[in-house]
Amino acid sequence: MELYLATAIGLLTAVGTYLLLRGRSFPVILGLTLISYAVNLFIFASGGLRLSAPPILQSGVTTYTDPVPQALVLTAIVISFAMTAVITILALGAWLGAGHDRVDMSEGDEP
Amino acid sequence: MTLALVAALPFLGALMPALFPRLGRGPLTLLTASFTALALILVARDIPAVMSGQAPTYAQDWLPALGLSFTLRLDGLALLFALLILGIGLLILTYARFYLCEKDAFAPFLTYLMLFQGAMLGIVLSDNILLLLIFWELTSLSSFLLIGFWKHLPEGRQGARMALAVTGTGGLAMIAGMLILSQIAGSSQISVILTKTAEIQASPLYLPALILILLGAFTKSAQFPFHFWLPQAMAAPTPVSAYLHSATMVKAGIFLMARLWPVLSGTPEWFWLVAGAGLITMLIGAKVAFFQHDLKGLLAYSTVSHLGLITFLLGLGSKAAAIAAVFHIVNHATFKAALFMAAGIVDHEAGTRDIRRLGGLRRLMPVTFALVLIASLSMAGVPPLNGFLSKEMMLEEAAHVSPWVIGLLATLGAGLSVAYSLRLIAHVFLGPDRADYPHPPHDPGPGLWLPPALLVVLVVLIGLAPMAMTGWIVNASAGAVTGQGGDVHISHWHGLHSPALWMSLAAFGLGLMALSLFPRLLALWEGTPKPQGKRIFAHLIGGSARLSQAITALIHNGAQTRALMIALAVLLAAGTWAFSTAPHLPGTRPPLPSEGLALVGWLVLITASFAILRFHRQRLLALILTSVVGLIVSAAFAYLSAPDLALTQLTVEVVTVLLMMLALNFLPKATPREDPIPRHIRDGAIAALTGLGVGALIYALMTRQMAFPSIAEYHLENAKTLGGGTNVVNVILVDFRGYDTFGEITVMGIAALVIYALIDQLLSPGPANDRLQSLRPHEGDAGDRHPLLFVTVTRALLPLALLTGVFIFLRGHNMPGGGFIAGLVVGIAFLMQYMASGFGWTQSRLRIDHHALIGAGVLIAGLTGAGAWAWGLPFLTSHFGYVTLPPLDKFELATAALFDLGVFLTVLGAVQLAIASIARLGIRSGEGRI
Repeated sequence: MELYLATAIGLLTAVGTYLLLRGRSFPVILGLTLISYAVNLFIFASGGLRLSAPPILQSGVTTYTDPVPQALVLTAIVISFAMTAVITILALGAWLGAGHDRVDMSEGDEP
Repeated sequence: MTLALVAALPFLGALMPALFPRLGRGPLTLLTASFTALALILVARDIPAVMSGQAPTYAQDWLPALGLSFTLRLDGLALLFALLILGIGLLILTYARFYLCEKDAFAPFLTYLMLFQGAMLGIVLSDNILLLLIFWELTSLSSFLLIGFWKHLPEGRQGARMALAVTGTGGLAMIAGMLILSQIAGSSQISVILTKTAEIQASPLYLPALILILLGAFTKSAQFPFHFWLPQAMAAPTPVSAYLHSATMVKAGIFLMARLWPVLSGTPEWFWLVAGAGLITMLIGAKVAFFQHDLKGLLAYSTVSHLGLITFLLGLGSKAAAIAAVFHIVNHATFKAALFMAAGIVDHEAGTRDIRRLGGLRRLMPVTFALVLIASLSMAGVPPLNGFLSKEMMLEEAAHVSPWVIGLLATLGAGLSVAYSLRLIAHVFLGPDRADYPHPPHDPGPGLWLPPALLVVLVVLIGLAPMAMTGWIVNASAGAVTGQGGDVHISHWHGLHSPALWMSLAAFGLGLMALSLFPRLLALWEGTPKPQGKRIFAHLIGGSARLSQAITALIHNGAQTRALMIALAVLLAAGTWAFSTAPHLPGTRPPLPSEGLALVGWLVLITASFAILRFHRQRLLALILTSVVGLIVSAAFAYLSAPDLALTQLTVEVVTVLLMMLALNFLPKATPREDPIPRHIRDGAIAALTGLGVGALIYALMTRQMAFPSIAEYHLENAKTLGGGTNVVNVILVDFRGYDTFGEITVMGIAALVIYALIDQLLSPGPANDRLQSLRPHEGDAGDRHPLLFVTVTRALLPLALLTGVFIFLRGHNMPGGGFIAGLVVGIAFLMQYMASGFGWTQSRLRIDHHALIGAGVLIAGLTGAGAWAWGLPFLTSHFGYVTLPPLDKFELATAALFDLGVFLTVLGAVQLAIASIARLGIRSGEGRI
């Protein structure tokens, strides 16, 4: 199980990083989205994996998974949505304003 | 308590010009100066106590964990400096009132001056080393404002920058030195540190600490080789020069050396570093002063020289030398501040400070002449004035130090001091009258000459009766420096056997000779190349600026891909280095069994990821594949015991994909192939290595036991008892870590408002708006923009979705759910209306503004948190109880639910505002007309 998750996180990071290094805005945003998946899974998994032990207290149950990474990741998911939305609009504005969607400044652009 | 008031008074005074902007200069000066005067009176009231060996203190904890407390202590040394700072401060305030002209912004000047006064007073009163450092930096900042007060003068700006750079850098070094010192002593309280001489001098860190502290003291007190900033700072208005650069700020370094004298002095390192730097400074300063043509330049370099003299005395490390140093601090402050003010008068009345254009002023400005004559003779060390007494003591000490060359050099320094003092009198006031002064010179009003005259009276009185005038304070403050007082004895005549007498006579001969040879010496001086501290400094600053520009240009040349590539490469290198330098053991945590279901999910995720890599240029397809990954991620959360995360990920996924599809509607639908193959290979390699590193790291993390006990146990045990809920994740969010969540929803709301503002910007006239209006909606992709089936189903679904949202919200505290998820669910329910029935239809039926939802959400969460204050509890302390309302079952009411309502409303408002904002773009491009 750990191996599945680790390879998945690694692959998501790799594909996300590759897209992050592209020169157009949309692939960069997709890359960031993939990297947020990977990072959220990473933080979540850092608490250690456990099956069928959700942190919902029940009488008679003593084994629960670590709730702290879950709480961290929950807000991280929501915040990463907000940030994705902001950069999407930035990309949209850049495209409408400049007429191209390159992320690198070309010669003669105002720094 | 009084002491705290004393320390606060100058800062309160600094507020006056801002509080009473309409007051005239006179009343404003009077009002502001009354704060200084009150502080002076309060300090003076403590004189008897200090004289009897007590030291009034005031202590108040500030950050006790860091060793920082607001501790003030008035011992003899602090008393001496406090009297100087406040007493001369009063004179300077009066003088400045008449000195600054109508054009100058007087109110800010007063404020800066008082700020500086407060900072300086803080330094001398601090009994906590960290507190002292804070005030120390404050003097650097406030003196920057004062030196650069005439903003229109380039010299003023440059001088201020240089002073700040030099003293600021020294200050940083000093912080390090002081921290080492307090580390060795085990306390940050100065009065405690001062008792640990043996520990400190035995420590291997003594020398580094000493050097770092001396860097701070030398830069502040303009000691060689950092003396060059002080003459540049003469671009300041003269009251500033008189106050900061003769009497107070430049003495801060001296004060610090005197303050730490008991623990730092007495070692060979101290002797050579401090006495050496002092002696060199004394000589260089005196030599350069002699050749200055600018009146204030001469005084500036003579100040450098006299500061060197005091440093030299402190460096000698003997008790008698320390007494002489303290006495000279008093004497120098009196005659030099008077001379600076007199130089300001000459500048003010004659219109120039260039000595070559002056001369013969004795008849035109008799009062000023009398002042300068007495003060200069004191500076030259002519008996019976006060400068003579301390100079004699200095020579006496120097004569008894080996090697003998030190005595010789000290005599030479004294001789040069005589030379420039006499030149000041001879070349400015003596000689024939001239007809070409820029202004016809005359004596000023009493407002300008009275303050220096008071100081000159002191010069004479101290000179005539040193023991009666200053014996007590020199005794008290030398006692504070050396740790034992009581035997200060100052007299004019030490007998013929005293070497100081003969050295003094030699110095006078030397000075007179130098003055008579001035034209020839000047020619010689101008013919020799001189190392220009100013130019070296400019080169250093320019060089480091060019270096940082070059580095910036290398990394951030405007290409984001390049900057990211470099950042990733550095991260990879750092990670590889960390990995390769540490030992590694196999993990001990038993792995979970792999089930078939997990394998299926894994295969889908891997396939989708590779497909994204392959098809990322077809943007819609790539987006859909990304959402497949997102779905698998939420399934993974559900599978791995995180139902809350699964719900959140699922709903966020829907919103994100919707938003990106809306954006894609306007963006190009495909990414062109434009990167060369080598770049793909390079990026691919970086990406593969990053992925490998991250994957290996999390694998290692998952297969190992925690090094420390997890804090999970605390949360699991207390969720029900303290937070009143069984869904521990939700309890953490709304209770244990409620403050984080509060910040998070605020960020979320701000993000949505940013989107709204950005879209607003795009919709205002401009190239973006033109391009938007020329866009035509795609026809033909879908047969009908608002299919009847879709419209009907979404409208029927709306109440159900709302009910689901309420359900998820209400159960959130005990079962998976809560404000975040409920907000997203309800948000999606509304978004479906936008999609199915159109923006216009939905917007026209919306009663509550999205902005209002965000605001209300943050407000409710904040007020819930603040509500705890009413019961005297900290922000966001939650409370819950159980209520029975027949015919319902017993149910729970918790303030956390109210907080969660705030979360719910903010998330709902933010999601809708973000998406609706993009929809406005669609209307502008013509979609909304249908």
